[in-house]
Amino acid sequence: MNELRNRMLVIGGIMIVVAIIFLVKLLYMQVFDDEWKTRAQRITEASVILKPPRGVVYDRNGKLLVANQAVHDLMIIPKQVKEFDTLAFSNIIGMDIDKFKERLKDRSLRRAPHQSHIILPHVTPNEYAAINEQLHNFPGFFGQPTTMRNYPHPVGALLLGDVREVSPKHIENDSYYKPGDHVGNGGLELAYEKQLRGVKGISYFYRDNLGILHEVAEGRLDSSAVPGTQLTSTIDAELQAYGEKLMQNKKGCIVAIEPKTGEILSLVSAPSYDPGLLVGQSRGENYALLQADSLNPLYNRALKGAYRPGSIFKMIQALVALEEGVITPQTRVHCNRKIIGCHGPHTYDDLNGAIKHSCNPYFRNVMQRMVEAGKKKNRFEDAPIGLDKWKKNIMRFGLGTNLGTDIPGIRTGLVPGSSYYDKIYGEKRWAFSTIYSVSIGEGELLVTPLHMANLACIIANRGWYISPHVMSAINGVTVTDSIATRIETGISAKHFDVVVDAMETVVNEPGGTADRARIDGITVCGKTGTVQNDPIPDHSVFIAFAPKDDPKIAVAVYVEYAGFGGTWAAPIASLITEKYLTDSISNQRKEQRILDAVILDY
Amino acid sequence: MLLGWTTIYSAGFHDGGQSFFDFGTESGKQLFWIGVCAILALIILNLEGSFFNQFAWPIYGFVMLLLVLVLLVGKEVGGAKAWFRIGSFGIQPSEFSKMALALVMGRFIAESGSKFRQVNTRLKAAGILLFPAGLILLQPDLGTVLVYSGFVFVLYREGLSGAILIGGMGGLALGVICIIMGQSTIDYPFFGEAGGEFLLYGIVIFVIGISLLSVKLFTLPRHRKKRIWGTALWGLAAIIFSVGVSTVMKTDMLLKGYQKQRILITLGQIEDPQGSGYNLDKSKMAIGSGGFTGKGYLHGPMTKFNYVPEQSTDFIFSTIGEEWGFLGCFVVIILQVTLCIRLIFLAERQRSQFSRVYGYSCASILFMHLLINVGMVIGLAPVIGIPLPFFSYGGSSIMGFTILICIMLRLDAERLTIFR
Repeated sequence: MNELRNRMLVIGGIMIVVAIIFLVKLLYMQVFDDEWKTRAQRITEASVILKPPRGVVYDRNGKLLVANQAVHDLMIIPKQVKEFDTLAFSNIIGMDIDKFKERLKDRSLRRAPHQSHIILPHVTPNEYAAINEQLHNFPGFFGQPTTMRNYPHPVGALLLGDVREVSPKHIENDSYYKPGDHVGNGGLELAYEKQLRGVKGISYFYRDNLGILHEVAEGRLDSSAVPGTQLTSTIDAELQAYGEKLMQNKKGCIVAIEPKTGEILSLVSAPSYDPGLLVGQSRGENYALLQADSLNPLYNRALKGAYRPGSIFKMIQALVALEEGVITPQTRVHCNRKIIGCHGPHTYDDLNGAIKHSCNPYFRNVMQRMVEAGKKKNRFEDAPIGLDKWKKNIMRFGLGTNLGTDIPGIRTGLVPGSSYYDKIYGEKRWAFSTIYSVSIGEGELLVTPLHMANLACIIANRGWYISPHVMSAINGVTVTDSIATRIETGISAKHFDVVVDAMETVVNEPGGTADRARIDGITVCGKTGTVQNDPIPDHSVFIAFAPKDDPKIAVAVYVEYAGFGGTWAAPIASLITEKYLTDSISNQRKEQRILDAVILDY
Repeated sequence: MLLGWTTIYSAGFHDGGQSFFDFGTESGKQLFWIGVCAILALIILNLEGSFFNQFAWPIYGFVMLLLVLVLLVGKEVGGAKAWFRIGSFGIQPSEFSKMALALVMGRFIAESGSKFRQVNTRLKAAGILLFPAGLILLQPDLGTVLVYSGFVFVLYREGLSGAILIGGMGGLALGVICIIMGQSTIDYPFFGEAGGEFLLYGIVIFVIGISLLSVKLFTLPRHRKKRIWGTALWGLAAIIFSVGVSTVMKTDMLLKGYQKQRILITLGQIEDPQGSGYNLDKSKMAIGSGGFTGKGYLHGPMTKFNYVPEQSTDFIFSTIGEEWGFLGCFVVIILQVTLCIRLIFLAERQRSQFSRVYGYSCASILFMHLLINVGMVIGLAPVIGIPLPFFSYGGSSIMGFTILICIMLRLDAERLTIFR
């Protein structure tokens, strides 16, 4: 029987071999190969992201500028959906039937049928109430509460910015964002996106084979959402509203700053629009309408409008010249209208007169003294030296820089230096006579209205400014230290006296170009400018600050195509100033005239 | 003995662990059956060993009757008429038939003694086996029928030539190759495009030709005639088998559609995670996610949330895999294999042929269950429903195995005292 006994070994051997094969395969499947593990995880694990509400924004007086409202996103979990009447449903939710069907076919729904996807975002509470009644008839659809922006005081649309859905670029740059998230677009929303967005929370679940979610570890692993931080801005909502009202039916902008602190009280770009238009379901439609509007309401003229400064520039010239010592307040220059045009009855002004009458030949001469400083005999070699020195001085007034402001999107403007002209004319092929229009604020100079308002601040402060900014506190804690840097022009305060006095006369003395800016009982200092725009009508420009001693507000106003600065920009500036300082308007006719004006075309 | 008991306890706990909602029913029922088995064990262990020897045939007859009955009045579960319903419990005769068969085999072979070397006797043995197999096939319960094929080990031990064993394995390999090749299409020079299996036929014929030639040339003349006939017979069998397999796969004979799908999935020819491959797919996920030590008792999400179908019956190994990881699987497999081998040892030291045959039958049955069940769950064998001994939920299953083993224990206990 020995032979047969050996068979026992064979049989036993087979069993052992099979066991080993199994164990090897198991070892591979369980320990070395992750494929099954990840697949199991994908099916059983689910997490729900909790989105926090965005931070709200207050104005300087505690009024709510940007708030949130509760809405619902209509969601679908494809796996749970049973056959239903698509036409009836699309009617209930108010969505076009073809669009609805297309959304249902979307690939992302098929790739992740266990997860929820958005069908219709931002359904308002009223609409949702009607939909919610019917939702139980359509398994697989449900409403997820979320928030979207609303504006209790619908002003400052461009300044505040709006909120849009993230683009692939956003997701690429910052892994915090996932498709369907929202991010700030322009203005404050963009500048303070990180603070406003809060922190997402996450809730972990297990999903069973019916698709029902069960909590994991009693929620111990979850993290709750942190709402966005509250911001307090420097804006005065009432002033902003008033400014937008004054600028109705006109194109242009108003910038108002508090000189001592650099806080921007108001930033109006006209035409303006209701920020509520860019919220919710109609956002896309409204955005397209605004984009197509020929008046360009989406273009923030206060920040992006690059205009020539015009006559206002003359004051900077004066200040730089005084500091350089090339003129004194008593210096007189003949008003030679042959070399450059001028207007008004004056012939031989001193500085004060020249500012008051806005005398072009005077300031041409002033700049010439600085540019042709005689460092080199050759005019063409001399000019670049003088010009660059001049440029350095001018830039200390913030021109050609971004002013260190916290609002995004500002253009720096342009202060031409020697390299600029070298490129245009070639080296040593230009001299002062080529570029002199810069001396009166024309030519290649470009500034934005914010720069102009800042200029008013510099003069009001007699020689320095704080970076104009729009945010003053986060969560109630003042943060001005990091934002508000003080910048000196390096020009001694005594030189400013001349300019300030001159600006006072411009407004208050007879013959001044800006008598429409006069306010009873308040000493307003200002300067008109008329920006040339040949062949189309000039822009009307005016800067001012008040009161003369201890100024509380500085303004810059631009009104496009409105002609002389004194006609339109000046009265608007004074109305703003008066409203801010006294909260009332004494001259109703002045106000009414402005409100009725329509200057959209030329 | 100990091995048997531990596994029984495990099964009990497992039923409760899987889904809290079933705690009252499945686990409770299993506990009940365990109790019943305990009593049964006591009874059997106290019976005389000769009882089994003498009553082998009647027991066999009784079970056969049950098998026929179940075809007629049994309840249909899952497309098969395999159960009786008594109150809220079910009884599956096929589970008991294995035990009965083992007894009868033992009796028959012991009685035939040396006659076993004759073909006649062997055919009769085959008949005893095929009769219940056929009945079960009618149910249909393919899995249990496959378990019967394990009896080949028993017969092998008792003298059946090893050639059968090798032939069986060779046939399996040939069949697999045939199926795989059948899935592809080859462009033949004269016939145009056709299935790959024809290429296989060609190869087989070629191989047979070579073997015949080599037999003719290399063997001694006195063996030659026998050998040539032998080779020719094998060759013929191979061809018929190949043709048969491809025909079965290509047409609807013998195997149903989903069964063919399952075979194809196992061989890696197709994937069907949503349809026929669903069970297997989920089972693999559960096991694969277990890692080295598993996710912890009651903590496996796939089991907890009922992702794996049949997770307390045929697929219970998946639960082990997910909750106890590789270590758990290792332990279970080792336990089961050790049980089989231990049975072999016990069988070998028996003095009576009856007991020895019975012992080998036990081992073979358990081994086949292990082979098919675990193989199916981890994807090495096509999905065929049979329980894992002592683990899967099911009163009949546990009872069947308990009786099976306890008889052996009894016989072993008596081996020194009785000379038969």
